[in-house]
Amino acid sequence: MDFRDSPAEADFRGRLRAWLAEHAPDLPASSTDDEYWARQGEWHTALFDAGFFGLSWPARFGGHDLPTVFDVIIDEELAAAGAPPRPSLGYLVQGISTHGNDAIRQRFLPGLISGRERWCQGFSEPDAGSDLAALRTTATLDGEEFVINGHKIWTSYSDVADWCILLARTDPDVPKHKGLSAFAVPMHQPGIEQRPLRMINGITNEFGQVTFDNARVAAENMIGEPGEGWRLAMTIVSHEREPGELGYVARYRKTVKALEQTVRANPPAFRADQRDAVAWAYVETEMLRWHVSRRLSERLDGVEHGPGGSIDKLLMTWVEQSVGRAALAVSAAHAATDADDMALKVYLYSRAQSVMGGTSQVQKNIVATRILGLPTS
Amino acid sequence: MDTRDTPEQAELRRSARRLAREIGPATVADLDDPTRHKRLAAAVRDAGWLELRDEDHDGAPLASGVEAAIVADALGAAVADVAFAGPLLAGDLARRAGIHFGGRASPACSEQLDGPAIVAEPALSTPVYAVDSDDDLGAAYVLVPEGSGYRLAQVRVEHANNTGTGADLTRAVRVIAAGAPVEVIADQRRLVTDDDLAEWTALGLALTSADLVGVMRGVLDITVAYATERRQYGVPVGSFQAVQHLLAEAHCLMEGAHSVALHASWAVDNLPPADARSAGRVAKAYCARAARTVCETAVQVHGGIGNTWECIAHVYLRRALLSSQWFGDDATQLAALQHERLGAPDGLS
Repeated sequence: MDFRDSPAEADFRGRLRAWLAEHAPDLPASSTDDEYWARQGEWHTALFDAGFFGLSWPARFGGHDLPTVFDVIIDEELAAAGAPPRPSLGYLVQGISTHGNDAIRQRFLPGLISGRERWCQGFSEPDAGSDLAALRTTATLDGEEFVINGHKIWTSYSDVADWCILLARTDPDVPKHKGLSAFAVPMHQPGIEQRPLRMINGITNEFGQVTFDNARVAAENMIGEPGEGWRLAMTIVSHEREPGELGYVARYRKTVKALEQTVRANPPAFRADQRDAVAWAYVETEMLRWHVSRRLSERLDGVEHGPGGSIDKLLMTWVEQSVGRAALAVSAAHAATDADDMALKVYLYSRAQSVMGGTSQVQKNIVATRILGLPTS
Repeated sequence: MDTRDTPEQAELRRSARRLAREIGPATVADLDDPTRHKRLAAAVRDAGWLELRDEDHDGAPLASGVEAAIVADALGAAVADVAFAGPLLAGDLARRAGIHFGGRASPACSEQLDGPAIVAEPALSTPVYAVDSDDDLGAAYVLVPEGSGYRLAQVRVEHANNTGTGADLTRAVRVIAAGAPVEVIADQRRLVTDDDLAEWTALGLALTSADLVGVMRGVLDITVAYATERRQYGVPVGSFQAVQHLLAEAHCLMEGAHSVALHASWAVDNLPPADARSAGRVAKAYCARAARTVCETAVQVHGGIGNTWECIAHVYLRRALLSSQWFGDDATQLAALQHERLGAPDGLS
């Protein structure tokens, strides 16, 4: 057991640190601000071009063939430099790699990884949230193309996306999980309309709703076989649930560090409960940091992604919400009197964590039945 | 970075878990079986686990904090009624002072159990507490300030005014009364320094955290099994979502606690003393809170029977109470971390 860098890891960390000293962008405390989302693409390509993105992915698609533990180094150094986290794409890369054929992988992975082509994920619908398999968007074969009709919601980056990884019903006559297929759909076409959703913290650049009105996609853009859509969706969500994939540890540490600086600058101005909230957020964030190190180390054995991602997602949610509450506690009256207060935004944003990527209730169902083996009723 | 067990660590984890499961108490009644209890104590002693932090021929500890924590975790999971961390921490302290450790001592704590007892000669002015002491404990170690460090002294257990029973039914806490003579141990080769104490505290925090992780795993195992067997309304109670969600939350807390405790156990020998102690404080704060919730959940899911003496769930809860308090509970650790990271509340230091 060793939490320390190997020589290769230390060398990598040194290069990254030097690069960050020159290039860390002056972005806001990350995803709580529209400016962050507006400039996220720029940050992605800067990281990629410098060789610090997609470390564990295959070199032939633009990655570096490194063990996933290198992502821990990226997250630590980004946090230390106060830089934004790395963009969250791992789950899309895994979904396309696992289920796409060679042509699909060659066509789409390099652009996705380099950030030259932006993607969104068209899964949830107004009437298909936790019960994702109930989705009603249809894809109907018409010659060499599928015609798509339906309505997607909570679609991250739909405003800037070039492509959408879309889950649609291709066979209405089989059980609901079996009739779904996945597609890479070009977003820039007349049949697709995107409208932003304004979230509770006021930001408008993260989520959108997308309507498909006789939109078209080439049949060869199907990812996986017809009917493989549910399995692809499960691959994606199980990866989406792991904090190691998302790089969120960096974001939490950055926020906690800022809160600590605020208190340390004038300790007598803060009550014991405010100090407690900050210290607890620190403890939770450190826990997640070592938990991610442990999970990514287990990957060295080739451990498969599975229901364990639900444990990680629940831990991550608790951490994010502890950090959000600490921000609110430190900000005290400011959060109530100033609509632009950063702590207010951090706190409000944290409430989404127990919903996005599968609600905490769904994660607990998965842990109870698939990990603890409790009986289903 | 590779936080996996080495092959040797994995083997130690397997053998410690096997031994603790085989000889540890399976029922509350087993706690009253002196033959089994003696067999467990002999097995732990014969495995050499009490001496893991004694001096090797180079003066370094025989094993790292990681190995010590692996054993603590295994013993916690089986609520093993055997002294381990106490004698091991005594050995670690003896190594730092450069004396030979006979294996019969335990370190004594101050009244809050949150740190070593630092006392003055010639006699104790307040009681001290020897936690996790051997059945035939001869003496407890205390520290006497001298120059820039401390001398190791002992107080004899014949001055103990109780039989060792506290909340925990599996480990003894002996209260050694005020007035007991403080005898500085002869022929110490070194003063125990503040850095020594920081590292020693880091080890104590790592061991109590690991014990709590084991307690959580052990109590969850029996609770999941119970929820699967116990039927109400014609179905297993574990099929109800309300029960499932309690157990799922408890399982996640245990996994998070395991990760942070592993780091603390590694930190003992690999980070500078103050940083190792901070890592221990983080782990202990998380593990103490998590363990309380997990053990309370276990009692709840066992229902009425869970509130009876004969159900082993309370043995886990009671052990968690002592392991939380020993070296300081979550509130103590949070206060210390605040001092380190946020400055004193009055802004003066």
